[in-house]
Amino acid sequence: MSREHIFKSSLGKKLVMGITGLFLITFLLVHVGCNACIFANDGGVLFNEVAHFMAHNFFIRVMEVVLFAGIFTHAIQALLITLHNKKARPIAYAVTTNKNTKWYSRSMGILGSLLLIFFVVHWANFWVPTKIAVYTNQEHNTFEEMKTVFANPLFVGIYLVGVISLCYHLLHGFPSAFQTLGLNNKKYTPILKKAGAIYAVAVCTLFALMPITMYLGLIK
Amino acid sequence: MSHENMNLTLKVWRQKNKDAKGNFETHQVKEVSPDMSFLEMFDVLNERLITEGKDPIAFDHDCREGICGMCSMFIDGRPHGPVKGVTTCQLHMRSFKDGDTVVVEPWRSAAFPVVKDLAVNRSAFDRIIAAGGFVSVNTGNSKDANNILIPKDEADDAFNAAACIGCGACVATCKNGSAMLFVSAKVSQLALLPQGQVERENRVLGMVAQMDEEGFGTCTVTGACEVECPKGISLENIARMNREYVAASAKKKD
Ligand code: SF4
Ligand code: FES
Repeated sequence: MSREHIFKSSLGKKLVMGITGLFLITFLLVHVGCNACIFANDGGVLFNEVAHFMAHNFFIRVMEVVLFAGIFTHAIQALLITLHNKKARPIAYAVTTNKNTKWYSRSMGILGSLLLIFFVVHWANFWVPTKIAVYTNQEHNTFEEMKTVFANPLFVGIYLVGVISLCYHLLHGFPSAFQTLGLNNKKYTPILKKAGAIYAVAVCTLFALMPITMYLGLIK
Repeated sequence: MSHENMNLTLKVWRQKNKDAKGNFETHQVKEVSPDMSFLEMFDVLNERLITEGKDPIAFDHDCREGICGMCSMFIDGRPHGPVKGVTTCQLHMRSFKDGDTVVVEPWRSAAFPVVKDLAVNRSAFDRIIAAGGFVSVNTGNSKDANNILIPKDEADDAFNAAACIGCGACVATCKNGSAMLFVSAKVSQLALLPQGQVERENRVLGMVAQMDEEGFGTCTVTGACEVECPKGISLENIARMNREYVAASAKKKD
């Protein structure tokens, strides 16, 4: 058996999911932290400074590539696992129960797909215009852009659906990643589950507050 | 929960052989005693089918005391039925009420083909065991039991993992048809003990490779297996198997 088995095997595929998942979880902390600067309510001065730094820092640029690689690896690997798992149960049961699992644990594929659709909108809203500005050497006011996007109730709705999907995705994904990486015992698992829930709810509440407060005109 | 006899409607999966296209068959079972086990209720039904000159319903069973793991029945959407921590043979009719309609299906997994009706072929599990679920033993005189000291908590964990009876309920209930609870229990029970160290790495690599080859799915940590396992095998075992697998892959020389 050669060493590459680790990426081809069922356990190896899950490891990739866990590692990329934890990486994305870390990224979200940075993302929510930077964006939370709008809550300084200083007309976007602090936020735009941070955004400008992020858009021009070399290390952050490299991490951006890693980030996209992480997202796509996570999504493609999930698709492969799902297809494989469908084959493992070719004939469905006539009667099934939903008492033994959480709905969001069963629905990670749907939640993930919703997130991917949301990302397309999200990138079109912010990432693409920022890139264009950076490469054409124009000044870019991300804060003003946020205000324009979140003045539109349709976008506010889409962002809220995205954030709720994210929250449930994290509620399952956070403790699962540790389980997959081999950390599960009576001492740490209850703590990890709690930490995961706090993380998911805190990050998602912060994200959700951004479109809401901007739409309501609370952030000027 | 009544103590009176009850009348039930059974919808049972019938399938002539592995390749036949099965279908549900409905049977009325009358005067079922609440003290009967689920399998005894099937015995009564089969007796009647035989006297009527019909083909009795094939189902697996052996010990009828919850230790062999043969009695695979998917009852009303749950492996081994609605009661937690029991096998079908230990499920009693007092868990049902008069007038209930009960749907009984075979385990559904690509790796467990239906042999006939409710009986499935679980030899995939045997091949996984043969791929590493054993220890090498020294022949010769028997040793003093206290020669090898084992810490109590490790012995407990090993013993809890060893409670797995290989029934396949974990595979049956998992939406991914994953066998990881079973395999991890078998990996754990030996990895935790000094006697299991010699084959430790080859065991987990071999058993996981065989598990994949048999066509079982991949764990997505829904936790259904842990809820439905009649022996209370915990997800901690899967985490342990994951650790074992990474460590063994790293140590492997080729
Ligand atoms: S882990 Fe539990 S459900 Fe799975 S085979 Fe063993 S005893 Fe049965
Ligand atoms: S018949 Fe042996 S466990 Fe049920």
